[in-house]
Amino acid sequence: MIEFKDVCMRFDDKEALKHISLTIQDGETLAVIGGSGSGKSTFLRLLIGLIKPTSGQILIDGQNIVPMSEAELNKVRLKMGMVFQYSALFDSMTVGENVAFGLREHTKLSDADIKEIVREKLHLVGLDGVENMMPNELSGGMKKRVSLARAIAVEPSIICYDEPSSGLDPLMTEKIDELIINTQKALSVTSIVVTHDMASACRISDRIAMIYEGELIAIDTVERFKKIQDARVQAFFRTLRTVKTEKEDKI
Amino acid sequence: MLLRILSAIGAFVLRRFEELGTIIMLYGETIRALRHKPRLRHILAQMSHLGVDSLMIVSLTLLFTGVVISLQTADVLIRFGAQGTLGGIVTIAIGRELGPVLVAVVCAGRVGSAITAEIATMKVTEQIDALRVMAVSPVDYLLVPRMLACMIVVPILTVFGDVIGVFGGWLIAVFYKGLTTYSYMNSIHIFAELFDMTGGVIKAIFFGNVIAVLGCYYGLHCPDGAEGVGRATTKTVVASIIVIFLLNAVLTFLLY
Repeated sequence: MIEFKDVCMRFDDKEALKHISLTIQDGETLAVIGGSGSGKSTFLRLLIGLIKPTSGQILIDGQNIVPMSEAELNKVRLKMGMVFQYSALFDSMTVGENVAFGLREHTKLSDADIKEIVREKLHLVGLDGVENMMPNELSGGMKKRVSLARAIAVEPSIICYDEPSSGLDPLMTEKIDELIINTQKALSVTSIVVTHDMASACRISDRIAMIYEGELIAIDTVERFKKIQDARVQAFFRTLRTVKTEKEDKI
Repeated sequence: MLLRILSAIGAFVLRRFEELGTIIMLYGETIRALRHKPRLRHILAQMSHLGVDSLMIVSLTLLFTGVVISLQTADVLIRFGAQGTLGGIVTIAIGRELGPVLVAVVCAGRVGSAITAEIATMKVTEQIDALRVMAVSPVDYLLVPRMLACMIVVPILTVFGDVIGVFGGWLIAVFYKGLTTYSYMNSIHIFAELFDMTGGVIKAIFFGNVIAVLGCYYGLHCPDGAEGVGRATTKTVVASIIVIFLLNAVLTFLLY
């Protein structure tokens, strides 16, 4: 279980997050939505321990990660995987080496076993036979999928996705959404998806949380979230309807 | 007006001290991380990448340095009948000072900038964050291999450069100034000591540290964007050269 207790984050004179409190249950998929600069990426970076909050507590399986040293945090991070917005694949390594990275660092598995796991994880994300390719030879969608394969290779219990659909065409976005759903089903992981894509959020998540100018203004199941009468939430749904209409017009 | 100037100077000095503190902390963290199991494959890869590729430029720099010292001093020495000291003078000048300093300056430009550019690019493309998320310390994975590689490679390049520099001096002494090889080698034997060379190697170990730590520091702290990478690279080269000259003065004072 993940808990945020009254978390605030301030960068110089800008308050990026204001008194965020929420709980994410094991096996749940939570989509965190919000506009650009609303603080949703900061939320994710706090969760993974890349930055420390100005105040408040972040509990992962009951452990407060805020006062932890980097070495202590590394033990908690072994439970986590992350898919970065721009994939963040190691560009000096092949796809296979990228996916195998965590296994080589944290397990004593033999080369043959690692190779097999890499092949299996790449197959799971729909990429076969790309082990020897370099990241710069892949398309944006393929990079995202390799990034997901790398994240799940060490079998984490929590996976964080930072804008998984950004920069992808609608078809690829749907494929990535399917992958997120399938990964969640296959591995029963807790997923936190930060996105500004409302359609994606509705498709993949059990609950949606909305951050607006650093404040958590709404959090609820998808169906109930759609009925929230807050103007800021409705504004986000209007964009969804506009996108849908545009798609239908094109068809 | 005066207050504004003083406050600007104060802010500048504070920023520099803050930077220095961060560099020292990063250096301490890297030294502490040395007790972990070394990543031999990474160290060797860095040595090859940073060292072997610098061989040509180091050779050229020291060859022509030896040539120039020999050219500049030979005439004066011949005029005073002291041509028999030329080899010793070239060896001592190169072994003690010019070899380690010039190799370090070349490495600051060639190796330091490469380290910064690589780490800065990793930072702006979130690869450093990816390392941390995968519970791998960037200090262990990136800094330690580079520091060890620099500490090994810069002294090796210095010894190599010293030999090439002395050879350059010999070329001028024998083929241009008419000295004999025996006279040149004999003066090295008489005037130069092993410590002239080993002292330079000790300096080179320190210079290797400086290049690696500053290269990594400016890479890890580079501002976002392509422009940030460029600026960080320039900062590394400038800061490394300044620190190398400063450290050289201190080490010369302590060693000789």
